[in-house]
Amino acid sequence: MTGNSYYYRKLHSLLGVIPVGMFLLEHMYTNFLATISPERYQQQVAWLTGLPLVLLLEIFLIWLPLLYHGVYGLYVAFQARNNPTSYSFFRNQMFIWQRITGVITFLFVVWHFAETRLQVALGNVEKDQLGALIHDILSNPIALAVYVIAVIAASFHFCNGMWAFLVSWGITVGPKAQRISTYVWMGAFVIMSSMFVAALIAFSGDEFQGNIGLLLNSLLG
Amino acid sequence: MSQQTIKFVVQRQDSPETKPYTEEFEIPYRPNMNVISALMEVQRNPLNAKGGKTTPVCWESNCLEEVCGACSMVINGKPRQACTALVDKLEQPIRLEPMNTFPVVRDLVIDRQRMFDGLKKVKAWIPIDGTYDLGPGPRMAEAKRQWAYELSKCMTCGVCVEACPNVNEKTDFIGPYAISQVRLFNAHPTGELNKDERTATLMEDGGIEGCGNSQNCVKVCPKGIPLTTSIAAMNMETTKLMFKKWFTS
Ligand code: SF4
Ligand code: FES
Repeated sequence: MTGNSYYYRKLHSLLGVIPVGMFLLEHMYTNFLATISPERYQQQVAWLTGLPLVLLLEIFLIWLPLLYHGVYGLYVAFQARNNPTSYSFFRNQMFIWQRITGVITFLFVVWHFAETRLQVALGNVEKDQLGALIHDILSNPIALAVYVIAVIAASFHFCNGMWAFLVSWGITVGPKAQRISTYVWMGAFVIMSSMFVAALIAFSGDEFQGNIGLLLNSLLG
Repeated sequence: MSQQTIKFVVQRQDSPETKPYTEEFEIPYRPNMNVISALMEVQRNPLNAKGGKTTPVCWESNCLEEVCGACSMVINGKPRQACTALVDKLEQPIRLEPMNTFPVVRDLVIDRQRMFDGLKKVKAWIPIDGTYDLGPGPRMAEAKRQWAYELSKCMTCGVCVEACPNVNEKTDFIGPYAISQVRLFNAHPTGELNKDERTATLMEDGGIEGCGNSQNCVKVCPKGIPLTTSIAAMNMETTKLMFKKWFTS
């Protein structure tokens, strides 16, 4: 099949849902377990990291698709000539927010990866210290604010992206179907961002306090 | 305030290469004027608001009943047809600008060539020429005819292209109207014979993937064409054709 922008863009759309979107949901679920107890969260992390061939799964089901979706997405985002002042229609606003939240999410993911997964890979943190690590990061109010903004942005990007995915594959065709889809996905957005924020609050709680603070403070500057 | 005159702010440009500038006009009020008749007034008496002599503002128009699309321009920030823009319904000063997603030829005159090139690219016609009389074509179901008729109202005016954030100098996106035309011609019982050929034109660079779902097009189309419905329907068609090609080639 000769490549052209049709296939590149379709791949971008597909990967955004499978597997990247699925990973986001899994990530949200795991983090939400922190609201139950540090043990329950840690148990889930242990299960995930204990999956067979976990590194391959990570590479092929998370990193590579995410990289493609992110890089191609940036290319698409910067090609638009945004015109919200002339056309302030709801969908045009959402079009712009989809691009803004995409860029925020992309930048955040790079930073978040460097702070967490990369530190595990470098041996600076053990897997069972991840909860404490996040607790430590969130103890900085600026980092906490960034995390809150980023999880809301990521949730929006996923939910509004799902709305667009259904249009782009011709599943929601008529205006009524698309309107109902808007309600459904905006509902999903509220639920998702609430769950993520609840997880952040849980991680900020004292029960996640660990003893890796000193190490990390020196590490993160 | 005064109902005696109408104020205009026109974005002008002397040639495709020169910089645009604005000029203000104030013309005597008559009841029931539209933007075209106001521009005709300027043409008759080319004085700007300061009373200085100037060149008449150039524009294009033909049908004067919103069916040809030639007079499309940006009026008070919205792309629309000047012939159906009634002065009494517009906020003053009335701001006129060319639809500058298209190359500006002069003042409000633009070159809409890309619209027609787009129709050629997607093969927006039904080939019926043969060496012998092919006879009458099959009938079209009434329910289908009704929605297809709506799509056939497109006058290639360019308003949807102007409003689309994804049509600009950085992209080669064909624009909403052409996608809708593929749906129209594919719906025709005879046109259907060349369905895949047309659909395939949307699966090339600058094709249907250029749509980013801002949905401005459907809001601005003067003919009320359900462009976003056409786009979603063609998204499904291109997806089907993609799989068909993969499994049969
Ligand atoms: S679809 Fe509507 S806005 Fe677009 S060119 Fe046709 S008539 Fe004009
Ligand atoms: S002159 Fe034909 S649409 Fe206005």
